[in-house]
Amino acid sequence: MSETFLGMPSFPAFPVAARAAVQDGTLRGNLRHATHTIRAKRAKAVAELPDWAELREAGRRIKDHTLRHLDRYLVQVEEAVTAAGGTVHWAADATEANRIVAGLVRATGESEVVKVKSMATQEIGLNEALEAEGIRAYETDLAELIVQLGRDRPSHILVPAIHRNRGEIRDVFRSEMGRWGRAAPDGLTDEPADLAEAARLHLREKFLRARVGVSGANFVVAETGTLVVVESEGNGRMCLTLPETLISVVGIEKIVPTWRDLEVFLQTLPRSSTAERMNPYTSMWTGTTDAETADGPREFHLVLLDNGRTDTLADEVGRQALRCIRCSACLNVCPVYERAGGHAYGSVYPGPIGAILSPQLRGTASAVDASLPYASSLCGACYEVCPVAIDIPEVLVHLRERVAEGGRATREGSTVVLRPARGHAVERAAMRAARWALTRPAALRTGQRIAGRARRLQPRSLPGPGRAWSASRDLPAVPAEPFRDWWRRIYGAGGTAAARPGPGGDTGKDTR
Amino acid sequence: MSSRDRILGRVRRALADVPRDDTPYEQAVPRTYLRRHGDTDAGRTVALLAARLADYRADVHRTDPAGLPELVARLLAARGADSVVVPAGLDPGWLAAAAATAVPDRPESTPRELDRIDSVVTGCAVAVAETGTLVLDGGPGQGRRRITLVPDHHVCVVRVPAQVVSSVPEALERLDPARPLTWISGPSATSDIELDRVEGVHGPRALDVVLLADGDGPPPEPAA
Repeated sequence: MSETFLGMPSFPAFPVAARAAVQDGTLRGNLRHATHTIRAKRAKAVAELPDWAELREAGRRIKDHTLRHLDRYLVQVEEAVTAAGGTVHWAADATEANRIVAGLVRATGESEVVKVKSMATQEIGLNEALEAEGIRAYETDLAELIVQLGRDRPSHILVPAIHRNRGEIRDVFRSEMGRWGRAAPDGLTDEPADLAEAARLHLREKFLRARVGVSGANFVVAETGTLVVVESEGNGRMCLTLPETLISVVGIEKIVPTWRDLEVFLQTLPRSSTAERMNPYTSMWTGTTDAETADGPREFHLVLLDNGRTDTLADEVGRQALRCIRCSACLNVCPVYERAGGHAYGSVYPGPIGAILSPQLRGTASAVDASLPYASSLCGACYEVCPVAIDIPEVLVHLRERVAEGGRATREGSTVVLRPARGHAVERAAMRAARWALTRPAALRTGQRIAGRARRLQPRSLPGPGRAWSASRDLPAVPAEPFRDWWRRIYGAGGTAAARPGPGGDTGKDTR
Repeated sequence: MSSRDRILGRVRRALADVPRDDTPYEQAVPRTYLRRHGDTDAGRTVALLAARLADYRADVHRTDPAGLPELVARLLAARGADSVVVPAGLDPGWLAAAAATAVPDRPESTPRELDRIDSVVTGCAVAVAETGTLVLDGGPGQGRRRITLVPDHHVCVVRVPAQVVSSVPEALERLDPARPLTWISGPSATSDIELDRVEGVHGPRALDVVLLADGDGPPPEPAA
């Protein structure tokens, strides 16, 4: 079977890609400006709700409960959507999902589709798959348009063109819009309002003639079969209501059990993602409407996508990543993302959530996926802001263990035993040595004394295989005297700290 | 094996650790969050709605039934509207004083035809004060979803206080998920350039909200 595909070919390991990214002054400036702008606004929007903690907990519990009974809720979604006039398709992987969508588009006789921004369709590389079938997919979200016109890659979940500043966007519009349709107006400035107007004019033509729309969904309500798309610009409404046929590709983790559950996420998602009390537009639809109402598409298809999600679900620690509602707050607070940018993560899911999602959806076989669990300082800011309380640091550590130690995992529905990854032999050897030494006090003491006496010979970086580790880290300084020797000298064997000088009062000692 | 069976089989194997008597839904989710964040006073809730709408650059107006036709006519004229879409079931009196040509919302009209119309006047199903949100459900006086999308100017009339709720949970209680729903919070906007909000992309760039005192509530305050 094919490898689970997340929309991109093979990428270099995170440290390699990040090293190049941090040298790019423009990129760092753009990212710093954008992430700091949204951080402060988000904090304010969240602080407005005195019950934020309770909403966050409810969101976590709703998602956890749904995941724990996902088989039941999937069947319920299928029944409800079918009863409301929709057609449900099941796609085990990206290839199958793309084949289903291409077939549905071909059946309409159309050769172009308009698209609402959707992570699931990016994940499966739908645009490229449709192109291969002679179907042109037009991205209609402003940031997606910028990425598509610039033949670029998305670098952020919410704002895929976050790595571009207004001047760069103007240049892309000026040079590329004409190739795809209506050209940019003469004298286009880099004012955001002018750029938005240029996008409005460019896409208007495509919306008005579109016969097929393709979307994802933020939520699917199991009890009613209702799909929910949350957006800002109105491009979503255009794609969801004007075409005759609508195809929605939705990950199986997007389900919530009841209509009422939306009351939690419609409060937490907008505030956490764009820092708004409510996003400008939210569309909710249930199947199709009857001939008399005639509101929106006459044909509706829901494609339920697995593509590695059930493998993720099989991991009791890692499955919490499937709670994600794609708000991107974790990207915006992450010190690593802010400096490295989204492209270094080698996936449509960048940032902290990407570092735990991609290696679970795709497995840890590739260089980039094996490196992603390490693309973090474990500072925990991502967990703090997560509106569904995903403990990202916990999953990162769990995945590091899987990469370094190997062990059981689920791939495409089957249990496999992973071998320890190459390149972690030194780490494993160091851990084994530490375990040996830390369980033998006498050996540890001797080793520490020798290291203390030889500390002037300490190198600035490690030699041989340890060089990779010390390339991005300072080696900790070795003290002249081990702590336990110091304690014994000051307090004597079995002594207590009462009325004794602390280390600060112990003058003349070189603590370097 | 069908992909449906394959996926459901994978899910069931993945969840082997979940006990058969796992906590049922009703007990699994604590609903300790608030039903609303403000008080229940109708006048203050309407005032909050007005403030929150204005915060996101909707233009808010207050009137009573006698003043409504004049106000709607003025709002259409201010945008230079020559034509206006009228959904089925809209009170004909609302447009009695308007000079713009009324175009009915018909199933056979094409998006291109709609694109040539300047404005749309609708009612709504419910309005949410805390978030400054209008919800349309396609009921009488609201029309198909596209009529409030393609024309560049939307005048939405909210009966206050009857159609106003405080919060998102209260709004969902009033809505029927079987109907196509559109939640609108201000004119269309984007944060896609440097994560900075810009109003006016594909949806209507101008949103006038008329708070219509329907006689059940307190007397209207002077126009905002």
